[in-house]
Amino acid sequence: MINKNFGIRKSDIINRRMFIIGAAKLIIFGGLIARLFSLQINDNKKYLTLSDKNRIREWKLPPTRGNIVDYFGNIIAGNLKVYQLHVIPEQVENFNYLISRLKVILNLSNKRVEKIKKKKKQLKPWESLIVSENLSWDEFSKINNYLYELVGVKPVMTISRDYPFNEIYTHVLGYVSQPNEDDILENEVIQEKFVPGIKIGKLGLEKTLENDLIGVNDIQRYEVNAYGKRINQLEYQKGKQGSKIRVTLDTEVQKLCAELMAGKAGSISVMDVYTGEIIAMYSSPSYNPNSFLFGISQDEWQLIRNNPLKPLINKTLSGLYSPGSTIKPIVALSALENGIMDTNFKVRCKGKMELHGQTFHCWKEKGHGWMSLNNAMKQSCDTYFYEIARKLGVDKLKVTAERFGLGKKVLGEYFENEKAGQFPDTKWKINELGKGWVLGETLITGIGQGYTQTTPIQLCLMTAQIANGGYKIKPKILTDENQLTSEQVKKAMQNTSLNEFNIPLYDDPKNIRIIQEAMFSSTNELYGTSYKSRIEDPKYQFAGKTGTAQVKRISKRERELDLKTFQIPYEERDHALFVAFGPYKNPRYSLSIIVEHGGSGSSAAAPMATKLFKLIVDRHQYRKQIPDYKEFNI
Amino acid sequence: MFQHTRLNSDQNFFQKVKNLDFILIFCILILSIVSLFVMYSTDGGEFLFHTKSHLIKLSVFFVLMIVISFFNIKLWHVSSYFLYIATILLLIWVSFYGIRVSGSQRWINLYFLVLQPSELMKIAVILCLAKYYHRVNIEKVNSFISISFALTVIIIPIILVLSQPDLGTSVLIACSGLIILWLGGVKIKYFFLSLITFLISLPFIISYLQPYQKLRILTFLDPDRDPLGAGYQIIQSKIAIGSGGFSGKGFLQGTQSYLDFLPEKHTDFIFTLFSEEFGFIGSVGLLLLYIIIIIRIVRIGVLSRSSFAKLFCFGFAFAIFIYISVNLSMVLGLLPIVGSPLPIMSYGGSSMLATMIGFGIVLSAKIHSKQVIA
Repeated sequence: MINKNFGIRKSDIINRRMFIIGAAKLIIFGGLIARLFSLQINDNKKYLTLSDKNRIREWKLPPTRGNIVDYFGNIIAGNLKVYQLHVIPEQVENFNYLISRLKVILNLSNKRVEKIKKKKKQLKPWESLIVSENLSWDEFSKINNYLYELVGVKPVMTISRDYPFNEIYTHVLGYVSQPNEDDILENEVIQEKFVPGIKIGKLGLEKTLENDLIGVNDIQRYEVNAYGKRINQLEYQKGKQGSKIRVTLDTEVQKLCAELMAGKAGSISVMDVYTGEIIAMYSSPSYNPNSFLFGISQDEWQLIRNNPLKPLINKTLSGLYSPGSTIKPIVALSALENGIMDTNFKVRCKGKMELHGQTFHCWKEKGHGWMSLNNAMKQSCDTYFYEIARKLGVDKLKVTAERFGLGKKVLGEYFENEKAGQFPDTKWKINELGKGWVLGETLITGIGQGYTQTTPIQLCLMTAQIANGGYKIKPKILTDENQLTSEQVKKAMQNTSLNEFNIPLYDDPKNIRIIQEAMFSSTNELYGTSYKSRIEDPKYQFAGKTGTAQVKRISKRERELDLKTFQIPYEERDHALFVAFGPYKNPRYSLSIIVEHGGSGSSAAAPMATKLFKLIVDRHQYRKQIPDYKEFNI
Repeated sequence: MFQHTRLNSDQNFFQKVKNLDFILIFCILILSIVSLFVMYSTDGGEFLFHTKSHLIKLSVFFVLMIVISFFNIKLWHVSSYFLYIATILLLIWVSFYGIRVSGSQRWINLYFLVLQPSELMKIAVILCLAKYYHRVNIEKVNSFISISFALTVIIIPIILVLSQPDLGTSVLIACSGLIILWLGGVKIKYFFLSLITFLISLPFIISYLQPYQKLRILTFLDPDRDPLGAGYQIIQSKIAIGSGGFSGKGFLQGTQSYLDFLPEKHTDFIFTLFSEEFGFIGSVGLLLLYIIIIIRIVRIGVLSRSSFAKLFCFGFAFAIFIYISVNLSMVLGLLPIVGSPLPIMSYGGSSMLATMIGFGIVLSAKIHSKQVIA
């Protein structure tokens, strides 16, 4: 039984050693449970977050831009449903075949096909490839007909910017297009909302009001697998359309401006003389902003860019012009205010004036004879204004001109391209040109030539501030929720107690009356420069001042030839200007018209005012009926 | 003595059935059912290939286990060396004609099953050494010849398996073998000495490792050094387990595995999926189930009269324990990634076959616990 004894001893050893192992097992299992506890209980939150980060991917969709409406609530920049064609590469069996089919169906150019193929390489196979951003209805239905054989093709309906009035508002609104790298870097809001396919404002209000208009992205939350493929949609978070922007412009007036300016280069601006609301602001020629939505074609772009009438420049704000005779009301006002002369003061015009051996011509070669202020303004006698400018001096003139808004930006905060222009004085010339002021320069400044550079909107503002009795106004292009009506502002202005609207620009209100009367004579009395454009009906009757700005010095020979406008090369023709306000009895609106190289103000610019005032005054009743922005919910 | 060497038992069929360890069988059954559900989840909640295949294998091997349990434990004692040599031959065959998958040559295609002999070796080495230590005289256990023989038994399969190459399985074979040496009574001193030698030679061993194995060790030390590459598996596994929380995300709701973030979710990382869906509670429950199984096996060993049965049961219990702890440590980020399946749970026929054979022999030991083996 030795064997058995061994057996028992062996069993003892085995059992004992098993016990030691058992203890080790317990410790290790305890350790594993502790580890499980630490991962699943202690760090649960951390790992849950990581797990969600793994599985949830967000897809932002382009936000819907806010609408821009005119004063009456008509949408002038809205959103349109467009049909697009997307292809999901991973669902396509033979991509090259599909593209060649689409090429035939949609009539795609070879260049476009190459572009699509290039774009495909940059995308993941499950990301949709945009083959066409804007299908016509015909194309869309054609694609739908062939859909059964085009596997992987997805016709999509989406939203795109739309400018229903085409080129009418381009210079005010600007346009939207795909952002470039700089756009994204410069604006944090765009950075945050950027998604492929988003369109952002490139110019005008679309750009300056980008952050209000852009809206909030729709967000799709998808569960994705380890390879990034979308498995199912978890959530669809509806975004928000961008804020609605209401401008002060009146589409009807704007349309008329475009009509009047057709084929010409220039600008028309119309302003409420009390509220400073801009009723119309049109720069001609314009271009169609809708062309930029889906990428403008190279040909069309070249056509716009190379147009000699320069459609890309917003002439109302960025065009710098010599004011010509339209400055005369300010010169006269300045002379009156500074006590240089009074209404009885007379100058004899002999057609020219000699000063230090230099000859200064009046536009009327034969001369006007003895001129008082009213007559000089009416007939735009240059000699008279040479004389009072000489007596006044340019420095005093500049004070008045600046007070009335010349040489300063009018709408600067909304339009980054706006120019300030300049009104010169002796200090300015020393600083800028390093030369001393010459008296002759004062003379030509007095008739709006020389160094003076103004924008059409400045002239409009200047006229408005004369029309409202000489009170400062702040021009605006956006309506504001708490704004007062034109009538309320008018009352506040004329109220003797101090208020925010009662900021007189004059020393003596009588002087403003004199200027207003002089401008009235200029339009409504015989021999007035804009007499032919007058309206006799007091409802529409307006007062104005023509201007003809030389773009080059007139040589002696040319003066003798006395050429008609059409006989002069286009670029050398004078700019035609006209500023006016009306109705005269109860001024409401001021306007400025500039026709580049249009010839004389009285023949090219003033006749437009006739048509404009008829419409503007008629539109006033409708405008008046819209009392309060809050009630006016579009 | 004659009756002791007979292979047929003195019990009749019903007595044998009565002597089965029903608690162990019940636990194995529960584990099998759980594994089926988890497999169903890895198939994305559908009754697909993996689940079907797993179900068939489970059924066949479960029956095999019961059949084995009715054979007398002496049969296994007698055939131990033969089974060991047969498995060695299979391993040699594999090294010449085996199927090569992604750089490793480990499998024999038997058409109804792709057999991985190295998995069978985990059991065979226990059987072989259990028989050896059953027979060897207690005084001679620590003799040079005895230890050399035992080590040779372990080292031959290890060399064969390492050449496949398959580090994970060879480590597990080594552990299974060494535990028998320990239980057999080899001096503790030797274990310590060899452990120290191992630690000293570790740097040299590492220099002989395959580049991918070195990478795994580096990754284990710092999973974040290459989160999308080598560290990906372990990071995703930890995220899955950690995000399971106390009660789990729910059956079929494991996003990490459902969305393919988990690698190897059918096989080595099956616990990760389980833990993600059933949470801390489920994981501890599963561990308890394994612990009960191990305790039952140990209990059978304690009850067994023969050293062979004792050694096999204890050795097998330890092997199961090692599989579980290596697998769990791996998915919990406590050990480098080595291929080691979770018994019964993981998809894979050979591992399940070996485990079920092991259970079968253990049950046989239970039925024949009074059996004395000369």
